[in-house]
Amino acid sequence: MSSFAIQLLQAILLVLVAPLAVGFVATCKARLQNRRGAGVLQPYRDLRKLFAKEVVMAAHASWIFRFAPYIVFTATIMAASVIPPLLVDTPLSLTADVIALVALLALARFFLALAGMDIGTVFGGMGASREMTFSALAEPAMLMSVFVLSLGAHSTNLTTMITHTLNTPMMMQPSLAFALAAMVMVAIAENGRIPIDNPSTHLELTMIHEAMLLEYSGRHLALMEWAAQIKLVLFATLLVDLFVPWGIAVAADAAGLLLALLFWLLKLMLLFVLLAIAETGLAKLRLFEVPEYLSAAFVLAFLGLITHYMLEVGV
Amino acid sequence: MNPALILALSACGAALLATCSALVLRGQTAQRISLSLLLSISGLLAIGAGFSGLIVGGGAVTLPLGLPWLPLHAEVDALGAFFMLVIGALLFPVAIYTYGYLRHEERMTPLLVFMPLFALGMMGVVLAGDALAFMLFWELMSVSSYFLVTHEHQHLENRKAGFIYLLMAHMAGLLILGSFATLYAVAGSFDFSVMREAEISPFWASIAFLLAAFGFGIKAGVVPLHGWLPDAHPVAPSNVSALMSGIMLKVAIFGFIRVVWDLMGPGDFQDWWGILVLAAGSSSAVTGVLLALQQHDLKRLLAYHSVENIGIILIGIGLAMLLAHFGHPMLAALGLIAGLYHTINHAIFKGLLFMGAGAVLHSIGTRDMESMGGLIHRMPSTAFFFLVAAVSISALPPFNGFVSEWLIFQTALLAPQMGGALLMAIVPFSAAMLALAGALAATCFVKVFGVVFLGHARSDAAENAQEVDGWMKTGMAIPALFCLLLGLLPVFFVPLMDAVPQALLHASLADSVRAYGWLWLTPVDVVHASYSAPLALIGMLIVGGLAFWWLHPKGTVIRRSRMWSCGHPHLNPRMQYNATSFSQPLRRIFSGVLQPEEHVHVERSAHKLLTTKVRYVVHVGDMAVKHLYQPVGRLTLNMARWLNKQHQHGIHTYLTWTFVTVLLLLAMFA
Repeated sequence: MSSFAIQLLQAILLVLVAPLAVGFVATCKARLQNRRGAGVLQPYRDLRKLFAKEVVMAAHASWIFRFAPYIVFTATIMAASVIPPLLVDTPLSLTADVIALVALLALARFFLALAGMDIGTVFGGMGASREMTFSALAEPAMLMSVFVLSLGAHSTNLTTMITHTLNTPMMMQPSLAFALAAMVMVAIAENGRIPIDNPSTHLELTMIHEAMLLEYSGRHLALMEWAAQIKLVLFATLLVDLFVPWGIAVAADAAGLLLALLFWLLKLMLLFVLLAIAETGLAKLRLFEVPEYLSAAFVLAFLGLITHYMLEVGV
Repeated sequence: MNPALILALSACGAALLATCSALVLRGQTAQRISLSLLLSISGLLAIGAGFSGLIVGGGAVTLPLGLPWLPLHAEVDALGAFFMLVIGALLFPVAIYTYGYLRHEERMTPLLVFMPLFALGMMGVVLAGDALAFMLFWELMSVSSYFLVTHEHQHLENRKAGFIYLLMAHMAGLLILGSFATLYAVAGSFDFSVMREAEISPFWASIAFLLAAFGFGIKAGVVPLHGWLPDAHPVAPSNVSALMSGIMLKVAIFGFIRVVWDLMGPGDFQDWWGILVLAAGSSSAVTGVLLALQQHDLKRLLAYHSVENIGIILIGIGLAMLLAHFGHPMLAALGLIAGLYHTINHAIFKGLLFMGAGAVLHSIGTRDMESMGGLIHRMPSTAFFFLVAAVSISALPPFNGFVSEWLIFQTALLAPQMGGALLMAIVPFSAAMLALAGALAATCFVKVFGVVFLGHARSDAAENAQEVDGWMKTGMAIPALFCLLLGLLPVFFVPLMDAVPQALLHASLADSVRAYGWLWLTPVDVVHASYSAPLALIGMLIVGGLAFWWLHPKGTVIRRSRMWSCGHPHLNPRMQYNATSFSQPLRRIFSGVLQPEEHVHVERSAHKLLTTKVRYVVHVGDMAVKHLYQPVGRLTLNMARWLNKQHQHGIHTYLTWTFVTVLLLLAMFA
């Protein structure tokens, strides 16, 4: 099998697995809260239902509102396609490095926020304002924590960075601990999970992400929801790839790939169980405590950079 | 004579001709045609001069102008050619735009005379081959732009802005003159070619550097010297604002590179020079965008973004200075290219943004964003071009802003360990500030586009806005196209710019940037980093196209309905989020830096729990004005008052002063 075909397959796999992951988190949370839950397949049913429904748009909506779901969905998929879940050496990772990956997610967010502003409802504007404000603080933290790894690997290419982590003993890099902590915090914030945002409420005064989607319906809403699900898996895979890549396939043979698939799913499950536990145990932060949370992530990542320069360069 | 030089001098000639024709021609239409035609020709010639200077190489010539014993020199080198390209790339579309923009202008003569002179001044600075010519054209640029800033001088605020602008421009001019004087004292000639060869001692080099840094820093609007900029840029006519923000600030960057990199050179750099530039760049980038977020005057907001982008350019140049000082010419070349790439990018998208703002202003007659809204329905083309520029300036792929910021990030990441602890911290810190500035810029442009073009109209003027004419649309379409091309094809553009680091650093990136093929931009090699905008765009078009084609039911029209109003029966456009409310979270988060003055007036009826009216007023001042400009201004006034008092005394006081002076002189020199 050519590596390009594998690349395509693993990107499609990531996109298809995404709803399952969200269903899994929801089920875990339900069990932790002594509920039965709707089952891990519920997100697929929701998507099927939404795709079949008729689209209704506000009379005032412009082409931005109409095309934003496609732009958001595509940019998220493009970002997802450069992250390797199974095989390290993939040709598409040359197209966009980690900086471009962050920028593709920023592109998706830009149009999501514009769509929120397009209708002219208060909720849309509020959601856009909050989402952009918090992401403006989260994005530097994300880039800084990625840079810690990039500095070690002398590269921003994901394939090179993962290979570097695979071949370097973890103990030699204390800065990675800072980077990991920062990136986990950013991943939670970027995906709108507790304690930053609660994806399962529509409480007016606190919602961020959902506020921008209020006017969407039918296939447009489905695309937006799916994009958010892909983003969750994307961040989880990125965390797993960058910090605990062991088990990922280095060569493109069937046995290695199967093993990598198994490892990937296991690691993701573990991560999502942890997420479910955290979401059950934590309360949502007040809105104006979020910046402090994000600044903490930024400072952690920056400390990671300094640690790298002080302890690891020249060792 | 060299072709680049001929083209460059004819570009200047065309601009001069435009000035003269304004005085000869009568009739508005004829004047307008000659201005636009000659300026666009001048722009095209400048582009030609830039390309031929970068590809074929430039030359120098002694002009039959100037004083008999001090002739003026003109020269096109790689650096000058690149900036000619920057000037031409914006001058050409602005000239086309101007034809439409001035259609309803009543008092055109000042614009007709000073706009070409302004362009001539900028081109003259870039082409100057000696310090005298440089300063002459520099002053021509400053003074002619003063008359453009005060074009609508019936408003008091415009006259005030013009005065502060003129004052600061001359402060800058004085400092730059000091820098040239230092270099002249060492070289013994005003000629740049002599200055380049002269050996300068580290002390005098630092003096010249500081004078140049502050002089050009004032002109470029570097924080905290930027106070004049957000006042002056918005009040000029929009086509002029486009030129001022798009090119004039870049001419200051050019001057800085010319003096520090070219006349002195990387051999003279000291480590703190790079640190200073990097610190100035980082603070400008973040402060500029934070203040931009708090504005609701569209053009003032864009002016603050110029401060931010100048900061980003300086981050690239500062990194290059550090790397060059510590002996990494290849990486220094990368940083320089990144800074220059952002220079041309910013010229293009900021020019486009100001033209878009001008189109909105032209159409609804106000710069206040709080009375706009919903313009995407009334002005679809303007909205589209503005969106392209907004995406570009927010550093989002596949447009051009992302490429240059990506290159700056790469430079910061590839920088090896240099020197002490401060250096160790400042390089990653500047990268962090760049990341923060980029993310905040995206926030700001969601606000701008959302408030101006989306939602519902907030005033009758916005409700009845008219799309601008074909000339203005064409003027905006050209830079929009450049934004996409510069974003998609950096692999062709970087080798073109490569002549600049070749001349200044003797290092070339031309081979490494496309070592992996023309699709991938690889600053060093493919293992380190690569980015392929064409592939990303093609991928997005395929995925997005498939999703649309597959999901969109053919032949049906999407059902439209009323928007959801939470059951509230009477929604009005005033209830939308506006510019002030959008930036409220950031105002609160950064209140320590911004120090907003907020006042809430609540009018209550008889019962204290029943309010009839709530009025919220917020003002975010500029810290630089408050803590630098105003104290200096007060100090100057107080000194003048004191001197004034001394003049009022009788003859014996004057005699005392004379006596004290003589004593002092004797004590010093006897």
